[in-house]
Amino acid sequence: MQVIDLRGVSCPTNFVKAKLALEELDNGTVARILLDDGEPVKNVPRSLKADGHRLIGLKQVDEGHYVLELEKIDA
Amino acid sequence: MADVKQTKVDLNNLKAGGFIKERGKDLFTVRLRVPGGRMSVPRLKKIAEVAEKFGGEFVHLSVRQSIELININFKDFDAVVEELGEATQKVASCGARVRVPVACGGCEYNPNGLVDTQKSALEVDEKLFGTPTGHHKFKVAFAGCPFDCPKSATNDIGFQGAIYPTLDTDACIGCGLCAKSCVPGAIVMGDDNRPIFSDAPCIWCGDCVKVCPTGAWSEAKRGYTVRIGGKWGRNPLVGTLFATFLPEERVAEFIATVLEWYKEKAEGFGRVRLGDTIIREGAQALLDHLQGRFPGYTVTATIAPQVIATQVGSSR
Repeated sequence: MQVIDLRGVSCPTNFVKAKLALEELDNGTVARILLDDGEPVKNVPRSLKADGHRLIGLKQVDEGHYVLELEKIDA
Repeated sequence: MADVKQTKVDLNNLKAGGFIKERGKDLFTVRLRVPGGRMSVPRLKKIAEVAEKFGGEFVHLSVRQSIELININFKDFDAVVEELGEATQKVASCGARVRVPVACGGCEYNPNGLVDTQKSALEVDEKLFGTPTGHHKFKVAFAGCPFDCPKSATNDIGFQGAIYPTLDTDACIGCGLCAKSCVPGAIVMGDDNRPIFSDAPCIWCGDCVKVCPTGAWSEAKRGYTVRIGGKWGRNPLVGTLFATFLPEERVAEFIATVLEWYKEKAEGFGRVRLGDTIIREGAQALLDHLQGRFPGYTVTATIAPQVIATQVGSSR
């Protein structure tokens, strides 16, 4: 499983970093994106959806951050 | 005998205002008409040319999205109007008239935008710009979503884009993104891992629809939340709710209906704004006037515009 760790990265740098990381992946790859609570978890999933990727799920883990699972879709 | 040259100025150009006297002798500010703040690049170039030729060293960006040419000699009015006209740039208004509407970027490129505020601003500008109110200025603003960057409720009529969400439970995968995105707390996740929606806290921002991965959340209604009677300046008022989910295509008609009431009810009271007229007549009087024409969109009850205590100057 590809993990893109964006904890400690603020908006919009986290979204741009996610875009760059997803560029490296093959179409259809499922990735986990780690996001901080607050603005990042509110903004980044929505922006990635708008880019055409398929959001699969979102879970908050014990450490407090969120794990967004998505499938990379080539636009 | 001195060679006296008679200055010629086409007074028709001055009818809607927009030529504002400056401190210096003979000098005026020319306020340009830029509905919604959208300026095509060719028009911008033409304005720069005209400013360079007739104006001072700078232009001013007004707080209501206009470009204002500074230090224009009144003898050049006709030439300025003519040269701007080559780029279809018109002069704006001032005084007791319907002003140029302001708007945010809308929904074409702004991901928050829910309605096409640019289209609304252009339509209202075309149909109502410069209409004399008989009493005082009349300002209109369009915000594309409830985040309301244009501060719609500080206008005589303020429009705020809105959508009402609805959930298709079968399509929901229980990811919880909607609940996480819902700042006002209208959506919480239930014990069955499905969202529970409460109507009261919802501000109709549509974030749930935008974030939903499967399209389980979708819009049931779209339109404008309409607040009336706001103003800023000496004694500020915040406009209050008169209509919800007003369709975009009925905006101009709605404003015209409010204007009709304002023209009549403020008669004989001097230079008075719409908000103060509503306070005097009672909010219900305006609501009654609107309910017949816009059933299904007007609210059942409302309150008068709200006074903002600025702590300077006791309200009358």
